[in-house]
Amino acid sequence: MTDDLDKTPADARPSADVSKEPGGGPVPPEAIKAIPVRHWGRYVSAVVVLALVGLLVNAFATAEKIQWHAVGDKLFDSTVLAGAGRTMLISVLAMALGVALGIVLAVMRLSKNPVTSWVAWVYIWFFRGTPVYVQLLLWFNLALIFPVLNLGPIYKDEMTDVMTPFMCALLGLGLNEAAYMAEICRAGLLAVDDGQTEAAHALGMSHGRTLRRIVIPQAMRVIVPPTGNEFINMLKTSSLVYAVTYNELLRATSTIGSTSYAVMEMLFVASLWYLVMTSVFSVFQYYLERRYARGSTRSLPPTPWQKVKANLLGPSGKRSVR
Amino acid sequence: MNAMVKAEGVHKSFGAVEVLKGIDLEVRPGEVFCLIGPSGSGKSTFLRCINHLEKINAGRLYVDGELVGYRQQGDKLYELRDREVAMKRRDIGMVFQRFNLFPHMTALENVVEAPVQVKGVAKAQARERAEQLLERVGLADRAGHYPSQLSGGQQQRVAIARALAMEPKLMLFDEPTSALDPELVGDVLDVMRDLAESGMTMVVVTHEMGFAREVGDSLVFMDEGVVVESGHPREVLTNPQHERTQSFLSKVL
Repeated sequence: MTDDLDKTPADARPSADVSKEPGGGPVPPEAIKAIPVRHWGRYVSAVVVLALVGLLVNAFATAEKIQWHAVGDKLFDSTVLAGAGRTMLISVLAMALGVALGIVLAVMRLSKNPVTSWVAWVYIWFFRGTPVYVQLLLWFNLALIFPVLNLGPIYKDEMTDVMTPFMCALLGLGLNEAAYMAEICRAGLLAVDDGQTEAAHALGMSHGRTLRRIVIPQAMRVIVPPTGNEFINMLKTSSLVYAVTYNELLRATSTIGSTSYAVMEMLFVASLWYLVMTSVFSVFQYYLERRYARGSTRSLPPTPWQKVKANLLGPSGKRSVR
Repeated sequence: MNAMVKAEGVHKSFGAVEVLKGIDLEVRPGEVFCLIGPSGSGKSTFLRCINHLEKINAGRLYVDGELVGYRQQGDKLYELRDREVAMKRRDIGMVFQRFNLFPHMTALENVVEAPVQVKGVAKAQARERAEQLLERVGLADRAGHYPSQLSGGQQQRVAIARALAMEPKLMLFDEPTSALDPELVGDVLDVMRDLAESGMTMVVVTHEMGFAREVGDSLVFMDEGVVVESGHPREVLTNPQHERTQSFLSKVL
């Protein structure tokens, strides 16, 4: 029996069969028409899930206490939009600070210089070892112990003027993020084959240039996916800067919620905006990862947009898409 | 004439393991110098010492009359700074067993990279030169391909072009054909033969006895960190004097 199954179909090797059938040519074997396995469990589970979702939707839709019109009214409220904008702004800036400082810390940690490596280790130890919420409050209350920021001849000002809610949020989120990014970047740098560094050195490239031109571009492939994750995390963690009175999305919606007695409704509004921001970024991340995958795969699969274009243009368009 | 490479009692250890136990040899300018021997004999390590990818522990190693990795003043040795080491490596091309092409760059970009970044050659000029070099190794039509789109033999030829782009006075080959499919070996050896005919000084660690016999000017058989036998390739390969050489050659030929 098994021997029969192992045989290649006749049309794959026509010459062998031609000799057997001198007159009529090769006869291809009949295509298999079998009854597929029925997955009853799938049907049952689908029904159960649909029923549960229906109950949940019904509970929300018929709840008399939810003022659904408030969600619609306030979704594009200027205060809410401004809050969402600030959430985006602080997330992007804190992430930029985190990535820049993270790369520096990662290079420092991998450095042969014991001083820089140790400094980076202690930084990561502190900022990763304490909650970001605590760090935000530390920046916020810095004026309690240092009322004046005095950097000698360069700069001198009241601490409360320096540590605006924006600065607290930026430093709190950004410096914390740097510790995590440092570890991600370090993993990325270590993932690049030693042969690459050797080849660059053998060509006479300096350490710095090897890092910038050869190692970091390749490390990016490993660094980008978890960094996208970190950014999505950052979008949501930024809601903690509520505590340092920075007027971001959560604070904006909560303020409306508590004055208009629509607490839950405004939390729905906030959730919707967070979902929109994280979803939009996920698409952006997809394209970013493709960019850094250059040279790693023989040909990248087409993007959803390219697939749509190919379908619209028909078979002739497909060739140009590759 | 000054030796291109001169080794005097070169020792190298990795921790407690002594890999090179006093290597003495001389590579004359313009010659093809082949290093053969069983794996673990230290031939690759010696090659890597020549451009200071490995630091030697004892002895002296000179390239073109200059000490590798150190500066001697009186009877004191001063370690060179990374920048100074990099400066000297410009003149020494190296080809690796695993090619080590930069995977995020096309073949052409691989060849253009070092002249532009290290020597400050103008981009247009470097491109023109790179195109010539790719032509020379028979890959003019693959300039826009990434390494992952090239066969092993093609990758190795790009790697040779990349090293040549720095216009080195000495080329080091570390088992350049050992990672290749047998049918691709010939293309790479052809490029190396062509390079040898152009008068390039080459130190080649290889298992290709045919190449060593036809192209080599000198040959050294190494085993367990010492030079066992040396001489003209044809003599050593056809009439080995040492018992260890005889048993090695009887297995590989």
